[in-house]
Amino acid sequence: MTEAVPSYLSPTGQEIVFLLLGAVAVGSALLVVTTKQLVHAALWLVLCFGALAGGYLVLTAEFVAWVQVLIYVGAVIVLLLFGIMLTRAPIGRSADLDSRNRPVAALVAVATAAVLVTVVIDAFRTAYTPLTPGGGAASELGASVFATWVLPFEALSVLLLAALIGAIVLSRTDIRGTTQPESPAPTPPRPPTEPSSSAATHGDTVEPPTSSETATSDHGGAVTPPGDRQGGATSDETGGA
Amino acid sequence: MDGYFGSYVLVAALLALGVAIVAGALFANRLLRPSRPTAEKLTTYECGVDPVGDGWAQSQVRYYVFTYLYVVFAVDAVFLFPWATVFDAPGYGLTTLVEMFVFLGFIALGIVYAWRKRVLSWT
Amino acid sequence: MLDVALSFAVILVVFLVLPLIVGQTEHKVMAHMQSRLGPMYAGGFHGWAQLIADGVKFAQKEDVIPAAADRRVFMIAPGVALVPYLVVLIAIPFDRDFVAVDLSLGLFFVLAVMGVGVLGSIMAGWASANKYSVLGGMRSAAQLMSYELPLVLAAASVAMAAGTLSLPGIVEAWQWWWLPWQAVGGVVFFVAGLAELRRPPFDMPIAESEIIMGPMTEYTGMRFALFMLAEYAGIVVLSFLTTVLFLGGWHGPFLPGWLWTLVKVFALAFVVIWLRVTYPRLREDQLQKLAWAVLVPLALFQLALTGVVKVLV
Repeated sequence: MTEAVPSYLSPTGQEIVFLLLGAVAVGSALLVVTTKQLVHAALWLVLCFGALAGGYLVLTAEFVAWVQVLIYVGAVIVLLLFGIMLTRAPIGRSADLDSRNRPVAALVAVATAAVLVTVVIDAFRTAYTPLTPGGGAASELGASVFATWVLPFEALSVLLLAALIGAIVLSRTDIRGTTQPESPAPTPPRPPTEPSSSAATHGDTVEPPTSSETATSDHGGAVTPPGDRQGGATSDETGGA
Repeated sequence: MDGYFGSYVLVAALLALGVAIVAGALFANRLLRPSRPTAEKLTTYECGVDPVGDGWAQSQVRYYVFTYLYVVFAVDAVFLFPWATVFDAPGYGLTTLVEMFVFLGFIALGIVYAWRKRVLSWT
Repeated sequence: MLDVALSFAVILVVFLVLPLIVGQTEHKVMAHMQSRLGPMYAGGFHGWAQLIADGVKFAQKEDVIPAAADRRVFMIAPGVALVPYLVVLIAIPFDRDFVAVDLSLGLFFVLAVMGVGVLGSIMAGWASANKYSVLGGMRSAAQLMSYELPLVLAAASVAMAAGTLSLPGIVEAWQWWWLPWQAVGGVVFFVAGLAELRRPPFDMPIAESEIIMGPMTEYTGMRFALFMLAEYAGIVVLSFLTTVLFLGGWHGPFLPGWLWTLVKVFALAFVVIWLRVTYPRLREDQLQKLAWAVLVPLALFQLALTGVVKVLV
């Protein structure tokens, strides 16, 4: 951190780009929480993460920027979308996305932002550091992780293992809880877990929502795809561009 | 156009060029194509019969597990890249190699656990 | 500046022309492997202009967007699937000292940007408001997630061997004995990349005999053509990456470097087509099993092998 502060009146190209990216990030983040369409919220989040990655790039944190793209855009968003698809992902507006807590939520958000901004401004004031490329390169990060921060790195593997096992335990269907789950009266009781039913052995059967007409199963639904049912044959029909 | 910022300016330029190619292709298509929408044409295609219910149906949780597994492993794999650039440098060597193997060993335990609990096999 | 213009021109040619050549090759190779002739009419000589004729036809097709679809997401999905493959090309060296941009993180950049393409098929699948599309979108997302991991691990093995993440740097460091040394990683990378492209035998997400065309079911005309271009551009990019990472890029005797790169790329593209003709489609459970029970352990083994050889030898 050097003390010489250049004038704010003649911003450099990097500063302008950084500000623009920041505006995109904030704008898309606002859209994430205000949009009435569930899946659109996840897609706006892509833009937000992309703008953040751009911000990292401008700050010469090259490796972190592409980690942001690989992990957040490429994986976490897909995880989110899966989560949405598993519960409900209707096309069009959902009327029940807003709750009456909106003013409270806005208040909390503004307060949080105020705390963060105050802390950052108070900590750095007018400190200034020039952007020097190279500090965020992979070899620099590797040098500091494996020369200085080895123990936290190893602890991280335990953390990841815990997260992995937690996910596996949560997603297993063959573990019965000690207490029977209370089932509301109208839903018909499911047969005692039979995960390997004949329909489920082949691919991704869609569980029909109870009390709904949309009973589409991947195979043997009401609709039959055209053509042969031999899934194995390679066909030329879908050939070139 | 050299150096760090210059190279990423070029990446951004190519990204813009790609968007322009897609937009240009679609614009040319708009000029050339007919547009005669009819109600039947705009229905969802379900092999000729009228579509049943909504376009969305609930699907199985097992997809979610695979994605979750990937997220955890990707966070782990990311560390391989900084490591790959330094582990052979003077001053690192065998110790750093062992450190990474300990790290990978923990994660491999996760795979073994998933394997033993039959998460990886299709239920 | 002239350098930049030239390299961008080369990238555009690679992006727009090579996929057509690969597509035409696929038509003919598949046909002859199945004792057919394939396209023979368009252009006169062995149907060489077939894909150009297809392109002209696509450009005039009506653009049907189903009434139930989410219009905006539906419209941009093909672009999201296509553009990452173009951006990736910027970091790939075609010849010694001929790369548009030598990013110090080139390998990681390529992996990260290619990962964005998965959003295209999820968006297409969801926005079509078609159950087959939703199924296909989910399947392709699950498939891409599973196969991204062996891809990344195998790529990390090369980075370890070369000690750098820059793609030209990796090719520069390449020696002939890397071929046996990195063979396992190379096979894992290529197979995982093939699965990422959803090419047969990994085409469960678009399995046309059961879910019509997966996420692309509702697409017509130009937008469908963009998806197709993305598929074939994907083949080209995968072949380039495998060439650069595992086959030594421009290294080779007698011929000029760029020709060696092209020869290797076309050999790999031929293998992609060959595999399509040879193997039946994998079922969804077999797909996941192949990724997690075969490719990931193999990639981990390759990492260990690379590390031990590099440190001890």
